[in-house]
Order: sequence, then structure tokens, then C-alpha cells
Amino acid sequence: MWRYLAAPALFIVLLGFFLVGLFRDPTLVPSPLINQPAPQFELPQLLDPERTLALSDLATGEPVLLNVWATWCVGCRQEHGMLVDISRSGEIPIFGLNWKDDRTAALRWLERLGDPYVAVAVDDDGRVAIDWGVYGSPETFLLDGQGIIRYKHIGPIDQAVWEREFRPRIAQLRQGDS
Amino acid sequence: MSMRGILMALMLLGLLLSAAPGWSAPHTPLTVEALSPLEDPAQRARYERLIREIRCLVCQNEPIADSNAPLARDLRREIRERIEGGSTDREILDFLTARYGDFVLYRPPFTPRTWLLWFAPILLLLGGGWVFWRVLRSRADKPLDDDEAWSEDPEPAEDTPR
Repeated sequence: MWRYLAAPALFIVLLGFFLVGLFRDPTLVPSPLINQPAPQFELPQLLDPERTLALSDLATGEPVLLNVWATWCVGCRQEHGMLVDISRSGEIPIFGLNWKDDRTAALRWLERLGDPYVAVAVDDDGRVAIDWGVYGSPETFLLDGQGIIRYKHIGPIDQAVWEREFRPRIAQLRQGDS
Repeated sequence: MSMRGILMALMLLGLLLSAAPGWSAPHTPLTVEALSPLEDPAQRARYERLIREIRCLVCQNEPIADSNAPLARDLRREIRERIEGGSTDREILDFLTARYGDFVLYRPPFTPRTWLLWFAPILLLLGGGWVFWRVLRSRADKPLDDDEAWSEDPEPAEDTPR
């Protein structure tokens, strides 16, 4: 009896593997930095290169976002409006990391599309991005008040992503803090 | 010369030209290394080996050695500087996996999570061998009567002339 079932059973198991694989995005690489203290950095700011932005500026006791963006990145253009909306709503402060970009282009981008960032750090040579395990943009990190990375979103943020991935986590972090 | 003759001649010419060593496209590596090669041959060898072990996360089926993606270039620079700074291979790989996960390694580490991955070839071989053995056994149990064997298969085999 079992010999007639073995082959179909094996087939169904394989089919299961393939089905799961079919709906998983292989370009999403889980970050080992989740629940780890965020890597230290200190970089010049985009608007005022005389001033620097450091990790200590992000650990304000409240959750914050760090958004990795660049003007050459299409996904960043897509999500920019959403970031501006979030920033206007005052839900959470957004910091920026301008990754391997042209300063003039970056400044023009913010002027034209609006500036959702509290401050933007300029990572010209991409060293800080490597330290943060960034492999594409946009990537958005959610940091808790103590500067620990709690979540990273790879790809543009839209309304659905915001409500599904970010809002519950931010609410949870705020609850944990109080 | 007919149209077909001309075409044939052109194809032959193309074949000859592509075969002639002087005419074939030069086999240059696709990656242009902006930096000068490392001075120390031992360090250069380590660098060359390490950049073949690290996956480019932008173009996931390439090692960073073959990729021109900006991130791959940055990672090559990072590895180079760490070699020059005296880091061991282990330290460099640990640095990268701490940030990008085991996925950056082309050779996954041997951990409980990857046991199945590493043992799968052996398991499949053993499983296949077992099935093979079972089939042989069941064949051996059948009587080796020529007439009966033929009568089981009324259709002539493909290669027998009808």
C-alpha cells in the first residue's frame, strides 16, 4: 500500500517547497542587525556640512526612523511623498542617510519634493551603509529610544507597508517605553 | 554566385574570423578594478580569494569579484583595506556576516540550521541507492523465464525492426 503513496507524497512535499519558494522574494535578505545596537557613525549633514549627525542624535529616548535614500534610486522617488506625509503627521521623526549621492542633486531633490527629514547624514563613500548592512535603497530602519534596531524595511514604503509593518511596531515600542 | 552561395561564403568567413586568435574579442575581465593591485603577493592572493567568496547582494548570483555594482566596489575596497590593516580572513568574513548575514557567503557555514543543506546530497544518494536496491531485489524475485518476460511486454521495443 505505502509504495503507491510514497511517490505522490514526495511529490506533494516538493510541491509545497516550490509553492512557498514561489511567493518568497529572494531579493529580501533578513538583516542580522535586528535587535542589535545600531552601528555608530558620525557624518556631515546634507543641509549644513559644517555640522555632523551622529548615532547619539538618533537615540533620543523615542523611536525614530532612519531612511537610506539617494537621488539615483527610483524606489526613493516612489516613497518620498509617503515620507513627507509621515513627517507632516508628526507620527515619528525621520532621519535620512543620503547614500553615495551627489550633494547638489540631493539638495535640489529635497527642495523640489519636500524635506521630510529632521536631519540627513551624507554617506559619500558608503562606509556607514556597509556598517549598517545596507545593500540597496530605499531601506528604512526603525530604532527604539535606546538606539537599538528593531526593524528594517527593504524597498519603498507605501500606505499599506506603513500600516502593516511600521505602525504596530512603533506602537509596541512606545508601549514598552512607558 | 547565387544568394545562397554568398550567404554561405559570409558564414564561412565569419567562422574563420572568429576562430582566428587575432580576431576574437579580447577576453578582458568585466570588472574594472579602479585600485592598483595589492603590492604583497600573499595579500593579493587572499584578496582575490575573498572577493570570490562574497556574494554581491545587489546582483545575487555574482560574487563581488565579478560585479560592477557600487556596493560590490565598496565591499571590495572594505576587504582590501582590512587585509592591508592586518585583519585575518576569519575577521573579515565575520565583519561581513555580522552586517549582511550568512547569505553573503557563497559557502554557507556548517551550523545546525544548515545541516540539512550540507547533508542533502548524501541523504539523496542514500535514498536513491535504497530505492535502486529495492527495485533490483524485486526484479531478482521474479522467475527468470524468457517466455514469461516477453509475454509481459506485448509491444515490441522501439528499436526492433518491424
